[in-house]
Amino acid sequence: MTENAVEIRNLVRTFRDGAVTALDGVSFDVPKGQVFGLLGPNGSGKTTIVRILSTILAPTGGSATVAGFDVVKNPDAVRRSIGLAGQYATVDQNLTGFENIYMIGRLNHLPKDVVRQRANELLAQFNLSDAGNRNVKTYSGGMRRRLDLAAALVAHPPILFLDEPTTGLDPQSRQDLWFAIESLVESGVTVLLTTQYLEEADRLAKQLVVLDKGKIIAEGTAAQLKAQLGTTVLSLTFQNLADADSALSLVRDLSDKPLNHDGTVVELTVNSGPATAAEALRRIDASGVTLAGLALREPSLDDVFLNLTGHKAEDAPAAEPVAKGRKAKR
Amino acid sequence: MKISSLKWAISDVGVLARRNLLALVRIPVALVFSVIQPVMFVLLFRYVFGGSIQGGVPGGYVNYLIPGILVQTTIFGAVGTAIGLSQDLQEGLIERFRALPMSRMAVLAGRTVSDVGRNLLVLVVITVVGIAVGFRPHGGIGNYLLACLIMLIFAYCLSWGFAFIGLAAPNAEAAQAMTFPLIFPLTFASGIFVQVASMPGWLQGFARNQPITQVTESVRGLMLGDIHLPMGRVLGHGNSTWVALAWSIGIMATLAPLAVRKYRKVA
Ligand SMILES: Nc1ncnc2c1ncn2[C@@H]1O[C@H](COP(=O)(O)OP(=O)(O)OP(=O)(O)O)[C@@H](O)[C@H]1O
Ligand SMILES: [Mg+2]
Repeated sequence: MTENAVEIRNLVRTFRDGAVTALDGVSFDVPKGQVFGLLGPNGSGKTTIVRILSTILAPTGGSATVAGFDVVKNPDAVRRSIGLAGQYATVDQNLTGFENIYMIGRLNHLPKDVVRQRANELLAQFNLSDAGNRNVKTYSGGMRRRLDLAAALVAHPPILFLDEPTTGLDPQSRQDLWFAIESLVESGVTVLLTTQYLEEADRLAKQLVVLDKGKIIAEGTAAQLKAQLGTTVLSLTFQNLADADSALSLVRDLSDKPLNHDGTVVELTVNSGPATAAEALRRIDASGVTLAGLALREPSLDDVFLNLTGHKAEDAPAAEPVAKGRKAKR
Repeated sequence: MKISSLKWAISDVGVLARRNLLALVRIPVALVFSVIQPVMFVLLFRYVFGGSIQGGVPGGYVNYLIPGILVQTTIFGAVGTAIGLSQDLQEGLIERFRALPMSRMAVLAGRTVSDVGRNLLVLVVITVVGIAVGFRPHGGIGNYLLACLIMLIFAYCLSWGFAFIGLAAPNAEAAQAMTFPLIFPLTFASGIFVQVASMPGWLQGFARNQPITQVTESVRGLMLGDIHLPMGRVLGHGNSTWVALAWSIGIMATLAPLAVRKYRKVA
C-alpha cells in the first residue's frame, strides 16, 4: 500500500469514438486521511474521474490506482476498498431505507447479523431511524442523499468517493452532511469529493484541483487558491450600460485580477473589500455617475474561473448527450 | 472459480432476486400486469371468442386454451426481465452495483431468477382460474408439473434474450415496446389460441415450426394426455418436448452471451 489513497497519471477518457474528450490528461495524488476536493463546472469531467476510480468506467488512456490497486488490472480489490455515493442518489425506490442499506451490505459480502446491526447504526447516524421502515419513494431528496451516503458506508470503506454530495440540499442538510464528512475523516477515512461550490471545497478540502474541460487548471490548498484569487468580490450595479462603461475605466486599476463586465454590472475581485469599496464609491461619486447598487460577496466558482482562465465557466451544453446509465435523472 | 467465490455469487443472486420480488409485491401495477392480464385473456377467449374456435381436443376449447394461455403468460413474463433491467439501468442502480465487490453475473442472473419466481406464481393463479372455468387436465399430476417445468425453462432462457433488449433500450417504455414486435407474431401466429391447421397455408409452415408452438404442443400434450386425431395423427407432447428443450438451450446459448457482453459494455 502506498502513501496515497488515490494516484492518477495522465488519465484520458473519450466518448463517442473520440468525438468527446471528457478527460484530457489529468494527474493528481490524493493523500490518505483527508478530504480532497475536485472543483469544476458542469461537464468539466468530475463524474468521469469518479466513475473511473470506482471501476465503473475504463480509462481510454493513462492509469489510476486506488488503495494501491490498479483500477483496470485489479478492480475487485479496488471495489473492496471504496464506498461510492454517486451524483444522483442511487437508491432502490421500492425498498425501505433499511432494506437498501441491507442489500448493499450483503452485496459487500458482510454476514447477515453484522449488516443488520450496521444498517440500524447508520440509520441512526443519519437521522433516518424513524423513516427506516418506510419505502424510499416517500423520502425527500435530502433523505435519499443521506441514505445513499449511509449505504456507501456500510462496509467501513477506507476510501470514499462523493460526487456532488450536497447539490440540491437545503443549508441545514448541507451543514449536517459537512459534519458527517468531517467526522468520517477524523476516523481515518479518505474522502474524494467533487463540488461546484468553492465554499464547500474551502470548508472541507485540505487540497483541491480545479478542472475545466477535462484539464486541471489549478491545484493546491484552498488557502493557496484563495490567495491567488482574492478573497472578496466587489459588485457594482449601474442604471444603464453607458454608466457602467464609463465607471469601468474609473475602477479598473483597483484590482489586478481580470474584471467581469456584464451589462450594467461591473465586478472586481479584491483582497480588501471594504477599503476598495470605499475608494470605488469616492471615484464614482466624484465623476457624477449614479450607482444603482453595491455589494461585497464571497467569490464563487464563476469568479475562480474568470480569474484562472480569463473566461467565464461555460454553461453546460443545453442538451447533454444521452448516455447509458446517466439518463433522465432528476 | 474458488468455492468461496461461488458461494458468494449464489448469495449475490439470492439478494438481488429477493429484492426484485419485493419490488413486485410493492408495485401493484406490476402485479396487475403479470396476473390480471392473463386472467382477462382466459375470460376473453373462453367466453367471447371461444364459442367460434375449434379446439379439436376432448373437453372442448377450454382444454385447448388454458395450456396455451399458460405458455403465453410465462413468455410475457420474460418481458418483465427487459423492463426491470432497463429501469435499474435508468435509475443508476446498475452503476452502483458495478462499484461493489459482487459477482459480475449476479445482476442478470438475479433478475432472470426472480422472473422465474413470478412465473411460478402466475402458473398457480392461471391453473386455479382455468379449473374454475372448466379446464380439466387429464394427463396426471406428474405430467402437469413436468409441463410447468418446460414452460419455466423456456421462459427462463428467453428472458436472457430479453435481458439484452432491456440493456440496449434507452428506457423502460422503449424496452417494453421493443419486445412487442417479437412477442406478438410469435404468440399469435402459434398454436396457443387456435389450431395451426386453421391458418392460411403460407403461415402454417412458420406457425408449426416456431419455438412457441413447439412449447405449447409439449405442454398441451403433457397436460391433456396424448390425443388421437383422425387420420392417424397423434396430438401429444412426443417430439415437441424435446424440440422445446432444444430451442430453450439454443436460445440461451446464443442470447445469454450477447446479454452478458452488453452488460459489460453499458455503464
Ligand atoms: N457516457 C457518455 N457519453 C458521451 N459523453 C459523455 C458521457 N459521459 C460524460 N460525457 C461527456 O464528458 C464530459 C464530462 O462529463 P462529466 O459528467 O464527467 O462532467 P461533470 O464535471 O461531472 O459535470 P456535472 O457538474 O454536470 O456533473 C461532458 O462533456 C459530458 O457530456
Ligand atoms: Mg457530474
